[in-house]
Amino acid sequence: MRIEGIPASAGYAEGPLFDLDRPPAAYRCKATAAEEKAALKAAIARAVSRLTSLAEPADADAAGILEFHIAMLEDDALGGPAFVSIDSGQPADAAWRAALDAEIAGYEASDQDYFRARAADLRDIRDQVLRALSEDGGIDAPAGAILYGMDIAPTRFLETDWSRGGGIALKAGSSASHVAMLARSRGVPMVVGLGVFGDDPTGVALLDAEHGDIVLSPSPADVEAFRESSSSFAARQGKAQTFLTQPAATKAGTPVRVQVNIAYPSDVGGIDIASCDGVGLMRTEFLFGKALPDEETQFHAYRKVLEWAGDKPVTIRTVDAGGDKPVPGFTVEETNPFLGLRGIRLSLARRDIFRVQIRALLRAAVHGNLKVMFPMIATTEEYSQAATLFAEEQAALATRGVAHKLPPLGIMVEVPSVAIAPEAFANVAFFSIGSNDLTQYVMAAARDNAAVANLNSVRHPAVLRLIASVAAFGQQHGIPVSLCGDAGGDPAAIPALLEAGLRDLSVAPAQLAMAKAAIADVSV
Amino acid sequence: MSASAEATVLITHEVGLHARPSVKFTKLAKSFTAEVEVAVAANGPWFDAKSIVKVMAAKAPKGTLLHIRARGDGASEAVGALVDLVQRDFDEDRDHARSA
Repeated sequence: MRIEGIPASAGYAEGPLFDLDRPPAAYRCKATAAEEKAALKAAIARAVSRLTSLAEPADADAAGILEFHIAMLEDDALGGPAFVSIDSGQPADAAWRAALDAEIAGYEASDQDYFRARAADLRDIRDQVLRALSEDGGIDAPAGAILYGMDIAPTRFLETDWSRGGGIALKAGSSASHVAMLARSRGVPMVVGLGVFGDDPTGVALLDAEHGDIVLSPSPADVEAFRESSSSFAARQGKAQTFLTQPAATKAGTPVRVQVNIAYPSDVGGIDIASCDGVGLMRTEFLFGKALPDEETQFHAYRKVLEWAGDKPVTIRTVDAGGDKPVPGFTVEETNPFLGLRGIRLSLARRDIFRVQIRALLRAAVHGNLKVMFPMIATTEEYSQAATLFAEEQAALATRGVAHKLPPLGIMVEVPSVAIAPEAFANVAFFSIGSNDLTQYVMAAARDNAAVANLNSVRHPAVLRLIASVAAFGQQHGIPVSLCGDAGGDPAAIPALLEAGLRDLSVAPAQLAMAKAAIADVSV
Repeated sequence: MSASAEATVLITHEVGLHARPSVKFTKLAKSFTAEVEVAVAANGPWFDAKSIVKVMAAKAPKGTLLHIRARGDGASEAVGALVDLVQRDFDEDRDHARSA
């Protein structure tokens, strides 16, 4: 039986299943409240010393997480309500569980992904102490096991010996969790969001965390196919690392530019600028997470990335809110948001907000090699209106004597009208193909709907033909054309994209090495 | 002698006052004898800045204007040091690439 989930850390694992949700041993109640309190205090202290011993040999990421757990446990405010409950007659385990569950509920209710993900840390902290209370040492997973359950505690991850393989399969979980971050940095395969599967599956399972699925009770044919994919992945990965620091080129020696996509200014901390040709897409939606950002906040975020990139180009996309990315106070409720007021349509409808972003971009442009592109352009009028706003704000900054520069202005090619008739856009500075949206609009298959995921293929001849025609138009008219969708980093799609005439791809930083390796295999 | 100080600072770190920054923030607060409190609104509620449980529970994301006040010995030094830490993005960029 194959169950589909979401990949959180790429890789393959074949091994016995190990149930993470096995209930801990029972706690034996004490005779008096004083003894209950002493038992809880001792259990907290034992949990802290256990965490401290884990923290010592850990790397910086892991140590940071453990230090957070220790600081929480050492804070009397955490257990305070539990000690009050013990005084009113509750046993230590129930009191502690209730106090922590209340705290966990607070995190789960947060509207911020980051704080919601901390609920897993609080559950870990809760269970550490419960285990210490019942003196349950816990049963270790066998080597190479696939740990499965609702969610996994960071300490469980750190206690596990991953040197002999193994992986993580979660029914719930999140790719934003601490464990997902650790799994990616250590190369432990992990899949989340599998949903509830069967009662107590046992035996060997096959975890494919490159595509995001798990096969329970596999047939010999399943095992054979799995091992083939697994060794091909390992070979690709090993080979890819040698490509990372080299400029990308095909087998025939054709150079290909490979840039990176970034979503947060802090992303650049983990990327060596020498390993890429610039930033092909810097999203700006992060700035619009909770409240509308002011000009200074935006200016500093853009400037930071521009300075990091030096003289390499940084292509910043004006805010692409709407569709699957709602922003309170900015986007509007729509029955069909992917076909509604999103991207440049929304920015032109809310010019007060757009002008703030434009000013920040004009000012940041003096700090590096900035290019700006507009998302969801469908007509030339939209482009001219946006360009006019840039000209107006530029004039206003000049009058005020504020340092600024007008960057080259380009467009995303993601609405089929542009891909079909690019000749209307001969005056733009560059094209950047947004393959995710272009594909969903050409195939009429929403990209957030798993039921039509099989239709959403960039390799459909209709999509590839449009990409090829845009690439050819750009070449004839001297307009640079790049591609910044997920397909650019997908080794399976790269040959078709290069054959369609593209020579400039922008990929997620983690895909940089694999993308360069895939390019080197193409003979164009 | 009883001093008091108060300041506001904008949280510019990507994911806000989260796990690691909270550890640093509360550790720094605890290094002062003054009583230090934080709030995410000018009129409170005020949380003990030396308690990581309370500071985390404030769930202050990026873009929050954090209010910090202190009373007692070294109050203004405490407020100044904490504001400085927030303005340096908790030194997180140096330690860590990305956590959101």
